[in-house]
Amino acid sequence: MPAMSTSTPITAAPTPAVPEPRSNNERQTVQRVAPTKISVQNENFFYGRTQALYDISLNIPERIVMAFIGPSGCGKSTFLRTLNRMNDIIPGTRVEGQVLIDERNIYAPGTDVVDLRRRVGMVFQKSNPFPKSIYDNVAYGLRINRLAANRSELNERVEQALKDAVLWSEVKDRLKQSALGLSGGQQQRLCIARALAVRPEVLLMDEPASALDPIATQKIEELIVELKKQYTIVIVTHNMQQAARVSDQTAFFWLGKLIEINPTERMFTNPNEKLTEDYITGRFG
Amino acid sequence: MEHTVRRADRRRRIVSSATGAITALCALFAVAMLGLILGYIVWRGVGSLSFQFLIAEPQPVGEGGGIGNAIVGSFTMLMLAAAIGLPLGISIGIYLAELGGGHFASAVRFITDTLTGVPSIVVGVFVYTIIVLPMQRFSALAGGVALALVMIPIVARTTEEMIRLVPTSMREGALALGAPQWRVTLGVVLPAAASGIATGAMLAVARVSGETAPLLFTALGSRFFNFYELDQPMASLTVQIYNYAISPYDEQHAQAWAATLVLMTLILAINIAVRFLTRRRF
Repeated sequence: MPAMSTSTPITAAPTPAVPEPRSNNERQTVQRVAPTKISVQNENFFYGRTQALYDISLNIPERIVMAFIGPSGCGKSTFLRTLNRMNDIIPGTRVEGQVLIDERNIYAPGTDVVDLRRRVGMVFQKSNPFPKSIYDNVAYGLRINRLAANRSELNERVEQALKDAVLWSEVKDRLKQSALGLSGGQQQRLCIARALAVRPEVLLMDEPASALDPIATQKIEELIVELKKQYTIVIVTHNMQQAARVSDQTAFFWLGKLIEINPTERMFTNPNEKLTEDYITGRFG
Repeated sequence: MEHTVRRADRRRRIVSSATGAITALCALFAVAMLGLILGYIVWRGVGSLSFQFLIAEPQPVGEGGGIGNAIVGSFTMLMLAAAIGLPLGISIGIYLAELGGGHFASAVRFITDTLTGVPSIVVGVFVYTIIVLPMQRFSALAGGVALALVMIPIVARTTEEMIRLVPTSMREGALALGAPQWRVTLGVVLPAAASGIATGAMLAVARVSGETAPLLFTALGSRFFNFYELDQPMASLTVQIYNYAISPYDEQHAQAWAATLVLMTLILAINIAVRFLTRRRF
């Protein structure tokens, strides 16, 4: 495990070369009356000596879908992975600033990373089912976290998770078969089911539909809209239409900086920044 | 223009078919040599082979006898070697692949690589010094330890390689569900690498089953059945073949060929078992 330098509040924020993000978060919060689930303050991130994120601050209200957009290498995936400390497993990485989830800094010393990751689930770009049966894949998180008291409760929660991920009807007769026999879209929904089974509070999705065909993508998108009733969802996507379709708020990243964060509708119709508009209209990226 | 293109084209075709032919010839040569060796062993060995030969103890020249005790001995010492060598080797491999990033791991990796290249007779002499001399006698235990020492570096490195083949995304998937590192390693990474590790382990067993040198100084060999007395000398197929092959009697030469055939069959059986047992289930 790499040594982490944690929770160093920055006193003097460096002046970024790009404009400060103009946040409509406050207004948004008032409108939706949703408490803030995740609050990031002045986060910098380093891979060794290379700085990948510059002074990111944003708030993510509870039970919304927040989309991160931006060109490849802009840091949106890196940022997503700092929200459940997934970057800890990459040697030589370092985080500055604060990431508050339910007002507690997850980079504070003594934070239980294992518990954090149970509360902040993640779905990856490439579906990564374990080489086990469909059932055992979904049951994995429940078993290691001892979330089911007995066999029947385990069965129930596996079934519920598969139903939540709209996969149940397709796999209910083959639960004992290998997960690797499923199609790409099914595998990704299985990974979502696996993440949902432990009932996280936040679900991070790193381009969950990038490797899927339009039909599978549509299913995942419908699923995301359904899931936000219960979960706070943060999704990284390259697909602007997808961000427009599923998200309530959109954040635009560029070269490791947060350029703009706004309600999705406004972002795609009347963004504050020229840079955002250029990206969304396809003038670069 | 057209002319030069065609010439280049013809040249490419000639080079291509020549390369294909040369490599195919080399492959054929290697396989033919193996086939010759196997065929010769079968031809020389099959005459002396009988059920009696497989279960009897060696007898004085002219009275027949067999290699039953050697088969039992080889089997016993292989089991012993596997019991010592596999857990150690696999553990080293897991350490190197999952936990070892620092200087210590690099050192361990370098040493295991070096050990793989150490002649097995050196291992035999070493075990003679640390086990046979203090115990004041040759023993199956010493033989098993010597074979295990040959096995450990092979198993360690194949295990490491197999674990490294497990994609990082799978580890991340498990970590993201709130699994602690040790559970990720034991519950996800190892099962994913299991068939590869098992293959490596079985191949290491097959490899040491043909070792003679480490056993000469340790288990010594014996003319009698020894089923469980691990602190006593024990026969093995390889040492018996060696002893018979250097004897002056034609009958023992024939028995050495037959024993070689048995050993080859045994190794073949292990290799087939590897393929059978490690078919991918998931």
